[in-house]
Amino acid sequence: MKRLILAAALLASAAPLAAETHRVEPGEGAAQRLQEALILAAPGDVIELGAGRFTLTDGLSLDVDGVTVRGAGMDETVLDFTTQQGAGEGLLVTSDNVTLRDFALENPKGDGIKSKGADNIVYSRIRVTWTGGPLATNGAYGIYPVESTGVLVTGSKVSGASDAGIYVGQSRDITVRNNIVEANVAGIEIENSRNALVENNIATRNTGGLLVFDLPGLPVMNGGNVILRRNLVIDNDTPNFAPPGNIVAGVRRGTGILVMANDGVLIEDNIFENNPTAHVMVVAYTQAFEDARYNPYARNVIVGPNTFGRGGDDPQIDGKEQLLEAFGGALPPVMWDGVVEDGNGLMIGEGVTGWTLNLSKPGQSLAEAQPAPLDLVPLESWGFPDVGAPAELEARLK
Amino acid sequence: MRRGFALLAAAAALLTGTIAARATVIVESRVDDAVVAGAGMPRTLSEFGFFADGRGHEPASNVHPYALNTPLWSDGADKLRFIYLPEGTQLTADGEGLLQFPVGAAIIKTFAFGEGAARRLIETRVLLHRADGWTALPYRWNAEQTEATLALAGGRIDLVTPAGEAISYAIPNKNQCKSCHSKDGQVIPIGPKARNLPADWLGQMVSTGALDRVPNGAGRLPVWAARTATDSAAPLARAYLDVNCAHCHQPGGGASNSGLDLRWEQDASHALGIMKRPVAAGRGAGGHDFSVLPGQPDKSILLYRMDSAEPGIAMPELGKSSIDREGVAVVRRWILEMKTE
Repeated sequence: MKRLILAAALLASAAPLAAETHRVEPGEGAAQRLQEALILAAPGDVIELGAGRFTLTDGLSLDVDGVTVRGAGMDETVLDFTTQQGAGEGLLVTSDNVTLRDFALENPKGDGIKSKGADNIVYSRIRVTWTGGPLATNGAYGIYPVESTGVLVTGSKVSGASDAGIYVGQSRDITVRNNIVEANVAGIEIENSRNALVENNIATRNTGGLLVFDLPGLPVMNGGNVILRRNLVIDNDTPNFAPPGNIVAGVRRGTGILVMANDGVLIEDNIFENNPTAHVMVVAYTQAFEDARYNPYARNVIVGPNTFGRGGDDPQIDGKEQLLEAFGGALPPVMWDGVVEDGNGLMIGEGVTGWTLNLSKPGQSLAEAQPAPLDLVPLESWGFPDVGAPAELEARLK
Repeated sequence: MRRGFALLAAAAALLTGTIAARATVIVESRVDDAVVAGAGMPRTLSEFGFFADGRGHEPASNVHPYALNTPLWSDGADKLRFIYLPEGTQLTADGEGLLQFPVGAAIIKTFAFGEGAARRLIETRVLLHRADGWTALPYRWNAEQTEATLALAGGRIDLVTPAGEAISYAIPNKNQCKSCHSKDGQVIPIGPKARNLPADWLGQMVSTGALDRVPNGAGRLPVWAARTATDSAAPLARAYLDVNCAHCHQPGGGASNSGLDLRWEQDASHALGIMKRPVAAGRGAGGHDFSVLPGQPDKSILLYRMDSAEPGIAMPELGKSSIDREGVAVVRRWILEMKTE
């Protein structure tokens, strides 16, 4: 008895001052030990995951501000959800200022890591893999921050997502940098979000590489101010394996970058190679909607200088043969639906070529398209806001 | 500082646990207000003193049993529900919505399977109204049924449901408690809304001084267990969706980003999922284009997900390891009878 009281007194006096590191090793009871550590952590604490494989049958969750969860490396520490029996994601984060780094999730039944209403979150060197390759039975999103302000996803790797590898939704002040997204339906998707910087990523073997969407009927809309630059967007040629009904199920195999609706998107200094439908596609939202707050047009989309390699040579588009013949065997790199709100639709830099469907309103049937080469006067220069996550997020990783 | 307190309280709880167990023999049936309102996470359920005995769930004084008109379905578990109010305090009504609880109050819900002598208590979830807000804690009953201990990380237990299905039943972890019990980031109760509580029970609570008044709209949700095949499906289905889904699917709830709002008071058809396209449903969409397609239950994502027990597809995501056939039948009838435009 006496000893216990002493211990309690010691704990009470020692605990509050400094952040602590709690180490969790894989093995017997690891799931419970890990979840308990996530619950009992205090703000500022570090939860260190040992190297090895953690077998998890239920989703994990973190709801304490300022916690760092750090593994021994994305190939060393693996949270294995192959036998998951419950929850909609592998790890759910609902607190602010959280840092997740250097571990992997495999085969979560739903999403990989979801952070909701979790401001200033960092994902660094996280791997989410569905090990069976691209399958409709895989979970939807690998890395899934939503309804958050301040998001940094860096050095991470996602493959096999049946929706988007990295999906940032209904958020603002976002940086997605230095990631590899491979064999997902969408590599990276920025949806209903503002002030996003997507740079230095490799998007390959997805159905579509980088997507920027704005959709109606959601609590947060009016997406825009998105920069896509210095990304390597190559060989995005995986047949669409999204479960039907989802918006990305409509993405055509071989799309490099797809902008749908949104206000202000800058596409520059990317390298495109072998995206057989189109390197860049800019379109209005095509489906019917009843939401007076929503603007279905793609506005102020600038395609600046990019390196366009082979592409558009096997488009998943009706009338493909005639189109290829008309354009000499391959479609030019930028495909636009031609739908403009008030003269502020698509803009291009010097030397950018493309083609337009010459449609006039959102949702118009493709059968009414009158394809023609793009005829726009190139911009000499343009301004664009500085966007991205707060510097503090990057600094946390130093 | 907070953690210092919590650890100390936990250590203290370890110490007092045995004492409290002995004390219950002498001072029967009083709840320990300091434990309810304190900062700690008691290691055992008996430390609260909510029940004069463990297994029988004989309530201590100021512990009021209650039932809901339309209850949350949890793999067919029987629910034993109680509200504890400290001496001299009362609940206050807030329209037909959630009753307002004084600090120091608690809500206790035990999940049990089996009838009569075969009844087995599985877990007890407590919501404690402390000075800094509500705290949710899960307790798991031992095989001997003599005590329930704190299960911070949740757990699983194999059992057979009343429908005869062998399942791995999931006890939620402490964070998962919050996944459902949260609005705008704060933990709140879900169940005891005046509209879903029997008016006569509310009347009794008023007569004993445990509630200030019976508000308008009290008890307006249909009594699920009393429903018949000829009852209009809409009120039943809407009550079911309100109770089983709306804690997440509402503005500020855990699934707010879906744009789906299944609260009883929501009237806008798109918010209720009618002709609403999925956002982040993934394979949960099941190949369907709309959450609810009027007249077409088999083409409605909402019903598809209710009718699945597979993680990644199944809704609700938590607290469900099997399918509620009766709930599915009512919601199916609601969608089927819905007017098509």
